[in-house]
Amino acid sequence: MRNILTIIRKEFSQFFRDKTNIRMLLVMPAIQLIILPLVADYEVKNIKLCVVDHDHSHYVNEMIQKITSSGYINLCAYENSMDKAMHLFEQDEADVILEIMPDFEKNLIRDNEVTIGVSINAVNGPRASIGGQYLQSILGEFNREIRLKWIQFPKFNPVPIIKTEHSYWFNPSMNYKHFMVPGILVILLTMVGANMSALNFVKEKEIGTIEQINVSPIKKYEFILGKLIPFWILGQVVLTIGLIIAFLFYGIIPKGSIALIYVFSSFYLLAVLSFGLLISTYVKTQQQTMLISFFFMMIFILLSGLYTSIDSMPKWGQVVTWFNPIAYFVKVNRMVIMKGSGFSDILPSILSMIAMATVLISWAVFNYKKRA
Amino acid sequence: MNADIIIHVESLTKKFGDFVAVDNISFDVRKGEIFGFLGANGAGKTTAIRMLSGLLQPSGGKASVMGYDVYTQSEKIKAGIGYMSQRFSLYDDLTVIENMKFYGGIYGLSKNDLNHKIQEVIGILKIDEFKNQLVKSLPLGWKQKLAFSISILHNPALVFLDEPTGGVDPVTRREFWELIMNSAHQGTTIFVTTHYMDEAEYCNTVSIMVDGRIDAMNTPQELKKQFNSQDIHSIFVNLARQSTRKEFE
Repeated sequence: MRNILTIIRKEFSQFFRDKTNIRMLLVMPAIQLIILPLVADYEVKNIKLCVVDHDHSHYVNEMIQKITSSGYINLCAYENSMDKAMHLFEQDEADVILEIMPDFEKNLIRDNEVTIGVSINAVNGPRASIGGQYLQSILGEFNREIRLKWIQFPKFNPVPIIKTEHSYWFNPSMNYKHFMVPGILVILLTMVGANMSALNFVKEKEIGTIEQINVSPIKKYEFILGKLIPFWILGQVVLTIGLIIAFLFYGIIPKGSIALIYVFSSFYLLAVLSFGLLISTYVKTQQQTMLISFFFMMIFILLSGLYTSIDSMPKWGQVVTWFNPIAYFVKVNRMVIMKGSGFSDILPSILSMIAMATVLISWAVFNYKKRA
Repeated sequence: MNADIIIHVESLTKKFGDFVAVDNISFDVRKGEIFGFLGANGAGKTTAIRMLSGLLQPSGGKASVMGYDVYTQSEKIKAGIGYMSQRFSLYDDLTVIENMKFYGGIYGLSKNDLNHKIQEVIGILKIDEFKNQLVKSLPLGWKQKLAFSISILHNPALVFLDEPTGGVDPVTRREFWELIMNSAHQGTTIFVTTHYMDEAEYCNTVSIMVDGRIDAMNTPQELKKQFNSQDIHSIFVNLARQSTRKEFE
């Protein structure tokens, strides 16, 4: 136990001696949390619309006005031939082409029915599908308005219509920041914690001081824990900074208990720090550590449910996320912060973290060899 | 086994793949002596030291250090020895005192003993004014003297020094050897490798390694008689010239 304290004291002396470390610890989470949630946004805005108008009538004007007043779609070109519009498509200067046939107004009034062509640039998949949906619902709304104006309603509606009214629970205004901030916080915590501890361990290999440790009677688990605990504490500090920024800048106050977040992060940090240390028992240089942790971070982040929903992943992808600590923390953070979930709700995730931490720590201790 | 023997080595061998770094060496080191291990670069000195101090698993042969077997009791050996590696092994970004506290701490020195020891080392090395400076700001000679003092902080019965005076100026080398002699007088056994032949004269026993083998071993006086030579230097050069091993590392 005293040995572990000796190592922890040494790690903290070294950590605080280098001012870069302190800056990284305080400034990196601050900047990232202030900037990233503003840009990492799912809302599709600024959809570029090109109208190909063969009719030039009053209704067309009204329709275009309706579309552009939504705020999501900007009219950026008004052409008279489809060829010119397609050219804009190719130049990536238009996302959606709306083609209005000749006699649009005439047919609408006479036949009560008209067809318009919508072409969507699907190079950017999510943007295309969401942009198309916007346009469709705006056109639907426009359609209802005309019907109200022109058609006399019968006493009983001959065609029953089911109209849906929906509300978003736990995030009523669909504020993406509430969704992103807890997730980005998790990634920060992981980067700072796991990377720093792994690099720190490998640095001892690079400068050769590990030899002096290996020739001492210190126990392997003492050394691993001595390397882990300082970064565990720093991880909790980063989490605290993050929660304060979430409150100050985004007004996010966890609906559930803050203590619960710390309970979970305690086990979470154990798991990811052991993973970092495990990597460092295999590699020889800090460069290798960086590349390997970069490799895993990419996978962990993309399979974390932060950007894309885990439920929509293929089954095998969902299975992979069971072994992804980040996925658990993203989920728990959102549950506690947005839904106010309690201890029993996150207990399964805590147990998974304990299992992961136990395996990884034992593996790291096993693989750290004091004798070559 | 003789109670006077602190290191007993019999046919110790280390192979890295096809390369035989240490080739069937045998020797004994007596308690309290200064045992000098000479050899050209790549002769296998460091490999031998690393095996004896429990850092490297031997490929064959027998060796015991302080009565403990190097194969099965390496952690027990580690508790009783000091070791100063060829590479500089203190923490550059810690102060002199912090380094001493750390290394003293992981060898389990009590707080009182440690403080007492730190004062003693500061007194012997006359580094009172540097004690709170970062180690990286010290000149190499000071660093080496400090590293040696730290390697014997826990009063080991035996200390391994792997080229402790490499790159150090002659005056500081002399001071360094005073520290070594001092420690030997107090009963510590010293196992030291070096390139400097004048340093070999300080040793009770000198062994010369060539290509992983020990080609000569005796007291400096006997060696000179045996090879009919004025100094260790010419013996060494003659033996080392027979090396067929290409420079490696």
